[in-house]
Amino acid sequence: MSVIAVLIGISLLIAVGFLIAFLWAVKSGQYNDTYTPSIRMLFDDENKKQKKDNNT
Amino acid sequence: MSTSNLDIKNRKCSHCGEACPDSSYKIGSSVFCCAGCKTVYELLTEKNLSSYYTIMDTPGISFKEVRSKRFDFLDDDEVIKNLIDFRNDELSVVNFLMPQVHCSSCIWLLENLYKLNPGISTSKVNFLKKEIEIKFFHEKITLRELVEALTSIGYEPVIQLDSVEKKKMQLNKKLYYKIGIAAFCFGNIMLLSFPEYLSIDIHETFYRNLFGYLNLILALPVFFYSASDYFISAYKGLKGKIINIDFPLAMGITILFVRSAFEILTYSGAGYFDSMTGLVFFLLIGKVFQEKTYSYLNFERSYKSYFPLAVHIKKDEQEISVPVSRLKAGDRIIIRKNEIIPADSILFKGNGSIDYSFVTGESKPVQKVLGELIYAGGRQLDGVIELEVVKEVSQSYLTQLWNNDTFTKKTESNFENFTNKVGKYFTFVVLLIAALSTAYWMQYNSGIALNVLTAVLIVACPCALALSIPFTLGNSIRIFGRNRFYLKNISVIENLSKIKTVVFDKTGTITETGKANIKFIGPELNPFQQEIIKSLARNSTHPLSRLIYDHLEVNKIYETENFEELSGRGISGSVLNNFIKLGSLYFVKEGAAEVETNLYNVDEYNSQVYLSINNKIIGYFNIANSYRTGFDELVKSLTEDYKTFILSGDNENERENLKKHFGENSQLYFRQSPSDKLNFIKKNKSSYNKVLMFGDGLNDAGALAQSDVGIAVTENISYFSPACDAILDARSFEKISIFLNFAKTSVKIIYLSFIISFLYNLVGLSFAIEGMLSPIVAAILMPLSSISVVSFATLATNFMAKRKGL
Repeated sequence: MSVIAVLIGISLLIAVGFLIAFLWAVKSGQYNDTYTPSIRMLFDDENKKQKKDNNT
Repeated sequence: MSTSNLDIKNRKCSHCGEACPDSSYKIGSSVFCCAGCKTVYELLTEKNLSSYYTIMDTPGISFKEVRSKRFDFLDDDEVIKNLIDFRNDELSVVNFLMPQVHCSSCIWLLENLYKLNPGISTSKVNFLKKEIEIKFFHEKITLRELVEALTSIGYEPVIQLDSVEKKKMQLNKKLYYKIGIAAFCFGNIMLLSFPEYLSIDIHETFYRNLFGYLNLILALPVFFYSASDYFISAYKGLKGKIINIDFPLAMGITILFVRSAFEILTYSGAGYFDSMTGLVFFLLIGKVFQEKTYSYLNFERSYKSYFPLAVHIKKDEQEISVPVSRLKAGDRIIIRKNEIIPADSILFKGNGSIDYSFVTGESKPVQKVLGELIYAGGRQLDGVIELEVVKEVSQSYLTQLWNNDTFTKKTESNFENFTNKVGKYFTFVVLLIAALSTAYWMQYNSGIALNVLTAVLIVACPCALALSIPFTLGNSIRIFGRNRFYLKNISVIENLSKIKTVVFDKTGTITETGKANIKFIGPELNPFQQEIIKSLARNSTHPLSRLIYDHLEVNKIYETENFEELSGRGISGSVLNNFIKLGSLYFVKEGAAEVETNLYNVDEYNSQVYLSINNKIIGYFNIANSYRTGFDELVKSLTEDYKTFILSGDNENERENLKKHFGENSQLYFRQSPSDKLNFIKKNKSSYNKVLMFGDGLNDAGALAQSDVGIAVTENISYFSPACDAILDARSFEKISIFLNFAKTSVKIIYLSFIISFLYNLVGLSFAIEGMLSPIVAAILMPLSSISVVSFATLATNFMAKRKGL
């Protein structure tokens, strides 16, 4: 039966991981703009590549 | 040189998509409507940015509207310091508001700015907020050059005093943190409570205690962090001797927590942590839902956001740029074409042709002669003028309105009072029931009595009650938004439902800006005449010329020779060897043959533009105000239920016309100054008579702020509108009475959801009084009541909106 205690511990740990991921996402501003990225991803890859090259 | 053979209707500018009158601006197979559009196209092609035109069709910003502006003031160190958000040795970060952003091409171009100018590092667009964040190397490009580069491709950022003084609006990240933590704890506590729900008998006390302690630990952050706002609010209310709705909520949460902790620590039960965390989670969700904000709209604008940041003054024969706030009486200022006059001043040099459309909504320019006083807020339309400042910016005729108390006092929302009133009675009744049932049980069993006391207080927690308001009104505000009626916050709906009096401004509010009823008086014009008149009118940017240009529905445009524009008088030029004059009677009469006398008998309420072809006066265009579509029906339905008034800053020209709409006994007031309007509202409003004001210009700002609900009517929501409670897109003007009606319905829906939540409370109380409130009953009853109230509120508002045609 003590396996349940272990499992609960693991499940809580995983859940805490997701909680931290959520808090981190809020903090890094992912929820500030929920629309523009959906358009941005549709632009041609070529441009993105160039942009990356330019940035580095 | 005519290009009459081209079917210009099908010719669209490759840049902005406007119809091209001819093909004089052309690159390859692309045609442009003006030189500006062509220049941008060339620039973007040269910089390898032509994808701009492939993502969306004709995404460009029309250059017809772009005004020439000088950005010298952006070299001022203080201005730079204020505008820049962050700066290190190499990079500067700046945020601009950019209302022109409208499509994915805009995003693409603005995020590829680094190709346009190597001084720009990166740029990021926020489409919904219409903001752009630019990182640039300040060694390579100055702020002024950056703004000029943006302007050169048609994206002129909005830089105004307000944006300099603006406080950084922090996104309410804390609320999201709180929700995340509440959701996490709620979910896990539910999981750990399952053995209890399913009545699985856990013999091993080890597990029972483990689950209990885990629940307790998980409940701690919810109680101390996620729910903290409710405690603070309840405490603040108590301090102000008010029992608000947050008081019974805070009480319920506290008792839930204390009793559950007690049960777990004494091993006497499983506690109600699942109910408590669920309750906090639902309440926070409600909070997010009601905070529907239109972040790209600004409801708090004062005159400052409309005025320029800096102005050129003449000092010792030199022009220097000075921030508007430092302008003093006696300064000599220079205002160029299309610039705004920032302070009351006297015309000193040049021809004043002032457009007061932002002040009064009237788009017809006013002519001013030397020595005349010009009020702040007007826009100079013709050439350069020199003025002497009479009053400081903040003391000017228009701006001193903002020194009125109305603008400094923060009006308390009636709506809060209403909820709190319910909360107050609710609390008293609950406390009474708790006391009575405890007293009853005390006679039999003091242990059960304590149990009953806490159970009553737990179950009476007005969670569903507190949710019905944010969900009903939050949904309503979205429905309004879909219909182009943008409210500042949910309390505006409650105020709208109580309106008894409706006050309209005239020009720009009930009349359409830039549109008019045009009729040609005289012999009917043949198509050729119309074509040559249109060709001439095309050369002028004067509002009346543009009205005539738009009015004539012919497509052929010819070249105009010897075009001349005399400000305040008219325009003239030769089209296909026909000499045409358009303008005032005196202008057209000059050198013309005899005038038919009936042409003098004009309707003086309207403006006239006379026309002569080859020095023969043909007739005149009669230009009358045009009321917004649906105005008649709107007035009809409003006058049935509300008292209606018109407050106009104009003269009485339209009185007779308006009487036709409003009836003989209508109350129409003309020649109202901004402070007259404010005082009128002040006089008329009382707790029984809530006043709704519709306005559009700066001169209505006082009245809008003073009224119970002030609504700004605007043709383009991203343009300037004065501080108000709501912004109405002019296209939805005819729906006003439906909006008012729907606001009333929303409040009724709230009452209904109150009843539903009371019913749940009654059921819960009946369990509680009998001492039968087990954790499982609480865990079912509380979420169920919340969910049914939330779904009733959203479904009912959607249903009613559909029925009303919103």
